[in-house]
Amino acid sequence: MVTYFKEILTGFYSLLAGMAVTIKYFVKPIVTVQYPRQKLSMSPAYRGHTEFVLDLETGTHRCIACEMCARICPSQLITVEGVKIDPKKKVPRKYVIEYQYCSLCGLCVESCPTKALKFSEEYRLAGFSREDCVVDLLARLQAQQQRAGLAVTPRPEARREEGEAKPEGEVKG
Amino acid sequence: MHEPGQEEKTYVLNFGPQHPSTHGVLRVELQMEGEFITKAAPDIGYGHRGHEHMAENRNYQQFLPNMGRVDYLHALAYNQGYCMAVEKLTGLEVPERAEFIRVITAELNRIASHLLWVGAYLLDLGAFTPFLYCFDDRENILDLLDRVTGSRLTYCYYRFGGVPKDIDDEFMAGCRAFITRLRGRFKDYDDLVTKNIIFIKRTRDIGVISKEQCVRYGLTGPMVRGSGIPYDIRKSEPYSVYPRFDFEIPIGERGDIMDRYLVRIREMAQSLRIIEQALDKLPDGPIMAEKVPKRIKPAAGEVYQAVETARGEFGCYIVSEGDIKPYRIKLRVPSFGNLSILPEIAVDTLVADLVAILGSIDVVVPEIDR
Ligand code: SF4
Ligand code: SF4
Repeated sequence: MVTYFKEILTGFYSLLAGMAVTIKYFVKPIVTVQYPRQKLSMSPAYRGHTEFVLDLETGTHRCIACEMCARICPSQLITVEGVKIDPKKKVPRKYVIEYQYCSLCGLCVESCPTKALKFSEEYRLAGFSREDCVVDLLARLQAQQQRAGLAVTPRPEARREEGEAKPEGEVKG
Repeated sequence: MHEPGQEEKTYVLNFGPQHPSTHGVLRVELQMEGEFITKAAPDIGYGHRGHEHMAENRNYQQFLPNMGRVDYLHALAYNQGYCMAVEKLTGLEVPERAEFIRVITAELNRIASHLLWVGAYLLDLGAFTPFLYCFDDRENILDLLDRVTGSRLTYCYYRFGGVPKDIDDEFMAGCRAFITRLRGRFKDYDDLVTKNIIFIKRTRDIGVISKEQCVRYGLTGPMVRGSGIPYDIRKSEPYSVYPRFDFEIPIGERGDIMDRYLVRIREMAQSLRIIEQALDKLPDGPIMAEKVPKRIKPAAGEVYQAVETARGEFGCYIVSEGDIKPYRIKLRVPSFGNLSILPEIAVDTLVADLVAILGSIDVVVPEIDR
């Protein structure tokens, strides 16, 4: 009988002790953020989709269309089509990622020999269709250049020299 | 509804796969006699993605992001297990600093996993408030890990031969602040949960697992430690730089839910100790081994590497045939073994207790299904 009442008392006390914790935090500062009205800044390492690094010295990207990134990508979602603009230099004519398959592993960024890629800070990445998630990195770079007031890199024409094999753009499979 | 002349049948109850208090998509088929369970049969496989098969048709690096998605709550331990297995296979040496960074981040991730478990488990039992505090604390860890790994949940951070990004002073300061903060919070958790009469009534002497059962079912992690067996891969088969740190393996006495809960809480405190020591001893130096080949092409052979995740022993078994792709990767996941004991301990309990028992196993269903 005594233990019965003792249990009720200690039990009741334990509930009060728990309540005290809640009250303690009730008067502490708010820790949540009212998202659409308040925004947090992204951490420096945040991984959005990939984008070209805008090299401020040359005013354009550093990609040499070597397709290292396309080859290492686990989901094979990068499509690079290169074109030779002179015998030594190759630039991408098309660089498209299908972001919906990206696992944000960072292997493409690390494998790039010219460090031409980085992760963007884009986080509003939801879309209504699959096409909404396809990102054209060249178009994105052009927009970036415009905003920075730099000369826009034109998209090189597909030019095939005699005897040269068809550029292997589709690296899938 | 019994009509005269009809014989009494056992009642079959489907617990899940969409039940709010199961975790992920796990279905447990229960045979009931009144309120009591006579048979419980877990039905798994809803989240099967074929990770092991995926490994066979991609090269070693390309399998890295998969490791963040097997057990999404303690992804860094899986990263570590897989990287260490491949490093063993190829004979890559990991620089000391990288090992320390791995330990710090993996331990932070372990705390995050336990915090999520505490929050979600108490939610199962009907306590809503602790959940918010746990997630508040966990958010701190996610912010810290976000700074170095770039992701908040499905990490893909370790590489063969080290880590790709160094930690900075801000991260270290953040870690130290977090250690102080969480230590101060343990008392609140104690007042709020451990001493709470409702919690005690629902967990004391419920779902008892004996030592003998633990061994028979091959349980690992807090399940086996809750029953009083101090088995932790970090101590029993030390890997990485764990032998250099001073920490204890908390164990329970009775093997009931309460003990498993306490083991996890105390483990968080031990993880904090490890992080603190690792921050103090953090050596300078490179974070990536020199001469990591662009293409990992190990010689033919096989290797097994086990690590301790928040749920128990994760083992990565790789068979190589000297190709750039592994011939076979087998993942030994802790939750699969841990869940296998459910049919035995669920018998003759109430449905409400089943929720408590199932939660205390801390299953991560994608990990079981793989
Ligand atoms: S982004 Fe880098 S790796 Fe990819 S094609 Fe361009 S230069 Fe090569
Ligand atoms: S982050 Fe990984 S998955 Fe995404 S594009 Fe780069 S390599 Fe492919």
